[in-house]
Amino acid sequence: MSEGRSRTFYVLSAIFALYVLFLYGPTITILVLSFQGPSGGMTFPMNGVSLHWFHNLWAGIGVPNVVDALINSLKLGLVVTLLTVVISIMAGYAFRKKFRGSNALFFTAIASLILPSIVVSLGIALEFQLVNQTITGWGDSLVENYADIENPTAWTGFLVWVGTSIQDNYQTLMGLFTSGLGAHLTWTLPFGLLIMFAVFNRFNPAYEEAARDLGASPWQTFRHVVFPIILPSLFGVALFGFTLSWDEIARSSQAVGSANTLPLTLRGLTTTVTTPVIYALGTVTTAVSFAVILTAFVGVLIVQARRRRHGSDAGKA
Amino acid sequence: MLDVKSRWTPYWQAAPLALVFLIFFLLPLLVTFIVSFWTYTGYSIEPAFVGDNYASAFDKCFASLPDLCTTFRTYLSTLKFCFLVWLITLLLGFTIAYYLVFEIKTNTMRIVLALLCTIPFWTSNVIRMISWIPLLGRNGLVNQALMNAGITSQPIDWLLYSSFAVTLSLVHINTVFMIVPILNSMSRIDKSLVEAAYDNGASAWQTIWNVIVPLSKTGIAIGSIFVITVVMGDFISVGLMGGQQIASAGKVIETQITALQFPIAAANAIVLLAVVLMIIWTMLRFVDIRKEL
Repeated sequence: MSEGRSRTFYVLSAIFALYVLFLYGPTITILVLSFQGPSGGMTFPMNGVSLHWFHNLWAGIGVPNVVDALINSLKLGLVVTLLTVVISIMAGYAFRKKFRGSNALFFTAIASLILPSIVVSLGIALEFQLVNQTITGWGDSLVENYADIENPTAWTGFLVWVGTSIQDNYQTLMGLFTSGLGAHLTWTLPFGLLIMFAVFNRFNPAYEEAARDLGASPWQTFRHVVFPIILPSLFGVALFGFTLSWDEIARSSQAVGSANTLPLTLRGLTTTVTTPVIYALGTVTTAVSFAVILTAFVGVLIVQARRRRHGSDAGKA
Repeated sequence: MLDVKSRWTPYWQAAPLALVFLIFFLLPLLVTFIVSFWTYTGYSIEPAFVGDNYASAFDKCFASLPDLCTTFRTYLSTLKFCFLVWLITLLLGFTIAYYLVFEIKTNTMRIVLALLCTIPFWTSNVIRMISWIPLLGRNGLVNQALMNAGITSQPIDWLLYSSFAVTLSLVHINTVFMIVPILNSMSRIDKSLVEAAYDNGASAWQTIWNVIVPLSKTGIAIGSIFVITVVMGDFISVGLMGGQQIASAGKVIETQITALQFPIAAANAIVLLAVVLMIIWTMLRFVDIRKEL
């Protein structure tokens, strides 16, 4: 092909530049506007520069409580991350061998990725509502059947006690760490699985054979050979897990129960809050995302630096 | 002994994954299907086997043809968004992937530019939608600029809380899902094929249409499936950017859930699912995406 830059290159470069502007423009706008002065509004021009709206945010902007939502999202995100990494590694190992149902499992994971989130979310909500109805139904029928029984025994007394405690105490099984956690995992695990496929496709089994020949147990092989080699990719899985969960809204919308996550709260606030405090919140959540991602990058760098220092050739093809 | 043990290894290793999808994906879909035939009262759903929910989902739809009922109009508007967003993200995604693969010469630069496209996805989607307010609102930057330039005398209202805004935000969010898979397929194309086409006298368009597009087909299909399914089920962008005024298949379901009309919502969810599966099935007839995995 011809040397030098063609006209196509400049046209395409311009398109690319416009796309990048389109991508970043809005986010940069609210980043700037979150430092709006106390008398400034939701749009330009800036009326001075201040941290006023961050102070407002810190003081709380009423119901729903943003700080609680932030903590909920962080906690859920960390649990989702941990489970995504562990379950993905195990499944990644499993898929290296042929097993019955592996195709069905794989296509289920892909289906979970592409079916509309609102359908999944509704399904989980319905499932938990049925469980709740069943449990309260048990409670009611226990009390009904045994409360006025003629010769109560210790056993029927126990059943009545179970029935009344269900009636008095049972609310719902639905919550952040039951239905909410499950809803998030159906979103993060397909990504984790696909990354593990990529990892194990490039993995040289000779390292494992060498470890086995030297008498390592399967666990030792994993702990001292496989794990260190795949560690950088695991940071990737963790990163995906956390950011997908941190930003997940469609599946959470019906499935987290009464506790709100940050994206849900944010969505609620967009209709009620009409001050730049919402931009301040946007800036803070963006900062958290960036902090998490930078931490993961630093983690990868540390792992690689350690490798170099110890003169290990692990992971090199 | 070792053989007996290792035969079962993949099963317990895959068990947690299978269990999550069973409890939180397959069972919920089954429950949705079953509940779509149930009835409901103000506070609970009652087992039954009635078609009422489907009947009310398609209330008078077939009787009133050729006039479109609410459901058909909703699906038509959803499909319209879907097609528009798909077309724009495809053209944009293909162009950008082409630029990165064939016009950028060094690998480092390619990685840097590709990363540049993904960084905005590190922030929340809701935040990225709010971000359009100071730009597109009545007093937003775009309107200020247009009025200062004397192009319009008063602010344009349809920039925000409109079909335009919904399309814009869906393109904003989804283009990357086109770029990445197309980039992935395209970067595997042997450059000598492109040179061969060039040497045989093919024009740039002929090379793109006859060499690059066919070889990027799987990437295009994967990106398309992702974008189409996301847009078909979307209710967040449609709600926030449409000012809660525009109907979409997903939004209808959400509204019914809020009104605790679970069985009707379930029936609508099944209809949506059927439509989406039909679209995916049609696309899979043209390409075998398993080649890519």
